Amino acid sequence: MALDDRKSDFTFVGTRPNRPDGLDKVTGRAKFGADISAPGMLHGAILRSPHAHARIVKIDTSKAEAHKDVKAVVTRADFSDKVEFKPGLSGEFWNVLENVMASDKALYDGHAVAAVAATSALAARDALKLIEVEYEVLPHVTDVDKAMAPDAPIIREGAADYSVPEGMHPNVVRYHESGHGDVDAGFAEADLVIEDSFATEATHQGYIEPHACMGSLGSDGKGELWCTTQGHWIAQKTCAALLGIETSQLRVTASEIGGGFGGKTTVFIEPVALALSRKANRPVKIVMSRSEVFRATGPTASASMDIKIGMKKDGTITAAQGIFRLQGGAFPGAPGDMTAMCAFAPYNLTNVRQVGYDVMSNRPKQAAYRAPGAPMGAFAVESVLDELCNQLGLDPVDVRLKNAAHEGTKASYGPTYERIGLVETLEAAKAHPHYSAPLKPGQGRGISCGFWFNHGGETSVSLALSEDGSAQVMVGTPDIGGSRASMALMAAEVLGIPYENIRVTVADTATLGYNDVSHGSRVTYASGLATIKAARHAVEQLCARAAASWGIPADAVKWENGCAVPSGPNAGDFDPRPLADITAHMGATGGPISGHFEATPEGAGVSFGTHIVDAEVDPETGKTSITRYTVIQDAGKAIHPTYVEGQYQGGAAQGIGWALNEEYIYGDDGRLQNSIFLDYRIPVASDLPMIDTVIVEVPNPGHPFGVRGVGETGIVPPLAAIANAVSNAAGVRMKQLPMSPPRILAALKDNG
Amino acid sequence: MVDVHLWSGLRSLTGGQQVVAVEAKTTGDLLRELVRAHPQLQAPIDAGVSIAIDGRVIATGLTEPIPEGSEVFLMQRLRGG
Repeated sequence: MALDDRKSDFTFVGTRPNRPDGLDKVTGRAKFGADISAPGMLHGAILRSPHAHARIVKIDTSKAEAHKDVKAVVTRADFSDKVEFKPGLSGEFWNVLENVMASDKALYDGHAVAAVAATSALAARDALKLIEVEYEVLPHVTDVDKAMAPDAPIIREGAADYSVPEGMHPNVVRYHESGHGDVDAGFAEADLVIEDSFATEATHQGYIEPHACMGSLGSDGKGELWCTTQGHWIAQKTCAALLGIETSQLRVTASEIGGGFGGKTTVFIEPVALALSRKANRPVKIVMSRSEVFRATGPTASASMDIKIGMKKDGTITAAQGIFRLQGGAFPGAPGDMTAMCAFAPYNLTNVRQVGYDVMSNRPKQAAYRAPGAPMGAFAVESVLDELCNQLGLDPVDVRLKNAAHEGTKASYGPTYERIGLVETLEAAKAHPHYSAPLKPGQGRGISCGFWFNHGGETSVSLALSEDGSAQVMVGTPDIGGSRASMALMAAEVLGIPYENIRVTVADTATLGYNDVSHGSRVTYASGLATIKAARHAVEQLCARAAASWGIPADAVKWENGCAVPSGPNAGDFDPRPLADITAHMGATGGPISGHFEATPEGAGVSFGTHIVDAEVDPETGKTSITRYTVIQDAGKAIHPTYVEGQYQGGAAQGIGWALNEEYIYGDDGRLQNSIFLDYRIPVASDLPMIDTVIVEVPNPGHPFGVRGVGETGIVPPLAAIANAVSNAAGVRMKQLPMSPPRILAALKDNG
Repeated sequence: MVDVHLWSGLRSLTGGQQVVAVEAKTTGDLLRELVRAHPQLQAPIDAGVSIAIDGRVIATGLTEPIPEGSEVFLMQRLRGG
């Protein structure tokens, strides 16, 4: 939408007040997914396949059903299969149903096959042992390259879409190819061409709060669902489709959320709890164990990638090509297309070609994880760039500046960029004391840029003024990064009342219009835009009330510093009327004053970042320490700078885990070997240095205050920046993540 | 007429054309006319596309105006985390 009313001087925006949910969270008063109970509530538990790939010959639930503590048992027969499998949204409903409860085949270790509801959590878990499942074990595959090989077992025939070229294995379900120019001609112009292959393992989002919900569904088709989610409207829509009920009859409330990072943008246990409840006629609560979270909820895709880049001696990139193969578990959806489209996006390239594959394997259905697909591509591309800089003796920031995309550049994925802030992040990196600080022996420095698209999405916001002049804002995007504080700041800016006088609530699905999921770095952008517009809608009415009281036209009144004032000397001479003065009488002067905004904003604005990392490698043990880390990223406009910095630091912390330690490890039997945090190592505080941040602000033309989303771009550069730092410290190019101590020792040994 | 730039993977559905000219005033018109010109484009459009107008990515909207002479790219639908 055209936005010609951009604002650049602010009173509240850009300040750092305490978060409104802070006290609740530090005192334990905040209610997360598992903090719910209801009279008569039952506890659900889910039986999961121990096999990576197996035909389900028979399920006998009779012994479980006969147990005195068991009130319901469900299998796939208790869900709606009315939704036909076809491309698009309904196709994804089918995939989600198949993932929530297996039909004829178990497709991965941990795939749900049946569930029980019993009078206690212990009784429910015990009752699972009474369910007898007869499996016919099938050959399996968990590696992306092996899943594409001619002899790979077929996960599901006919899952490939229109895009897959003939002759590919049926496990390849989507193909993407894009680019421009002539890469062969470009490579011929280069003074140095480097071609190499890279691999990353699947990692989990690692949210601290496991999935948890309570569902209640009556035989009248009316239901209630409480769950930890990034989007309760999508939970509503999906559960209704899977259970064959009307969407509006299911009211979904989002709990406080203990992390999501993309992994809570779909449903897993929620339809199961509702199906059990419908059968038992009582509320059913399900809480996943950590092992269930690892085995059966979405990790990110793993990737295998081939990169070729040509460069002139002066650092000019002459051509770039990338082939990105991503496996996303036993369902379509691995973001190979996103990897391809983002990989070279930071650079102004005359000749570029990128190919992405979406490949199925016997692993859990991948879910989004911050900038899905982009970090792995950046790892491969930025590693080759670093190697080119090393071999040509060029400064890595200078080379990136020389090739950096800017306003007017034709993006690697096609269109011409609007105003973007990559150059500003690189200039800030070059000027930062970190970049010129001396390194100690055994240390290396790495640089990487990163890109992400950002998203707008369907958004509804309501704002209601109270008689005492305070305001309540109802948003529909679960707060995963401090967004209630940001919304309150933006509403305060428009209304001209203090931040503390505004309460922001994440409304349930019955009390607000539709909202897309909190994903795509969209919340501060889209819910923020909607909050600003809703507040302006309320201000229009405040001005109209003041105008009526003064007996002048509404357009002769303007809003200034929280007061209605005459718009100029010709409008008359009246004392300013503060907001609370108008709302005190609103009931008698036309009724309650509220503001609304519903739209799908389409101007999210792309985002770039540059990271600087210092790493030290212990040649005896192979252990890597990150000794210094600086994140520089364009936020457009930081509404609450502390939470923007938090997003930057969180991206770096998760990137450190992904780069150094985190990985899904499968045995030869196709079973996940490390499904608890003791064996799946995420970084803890002692693994992390102070992560310094620099907020660059190149305003987004698509937002009234200039906001660009910041939630995802911060995870794009770390894998590459850390790999470059480690490679430079160890003196050997690291091409596979994670760079765990055994892998580093092996690389050092191979290097002599 | 609007020149719609496709991603190269779609050339197999348009007889090798990577730029397709259609008459369209909105993003919705554009998708409809693309399918009219090349029926095989229905599959990628059903699977989800976004449209970039002068660099601004329209993720889903069918009512966005396409100004005369603007640069238009069809893109695969973006997904976020």
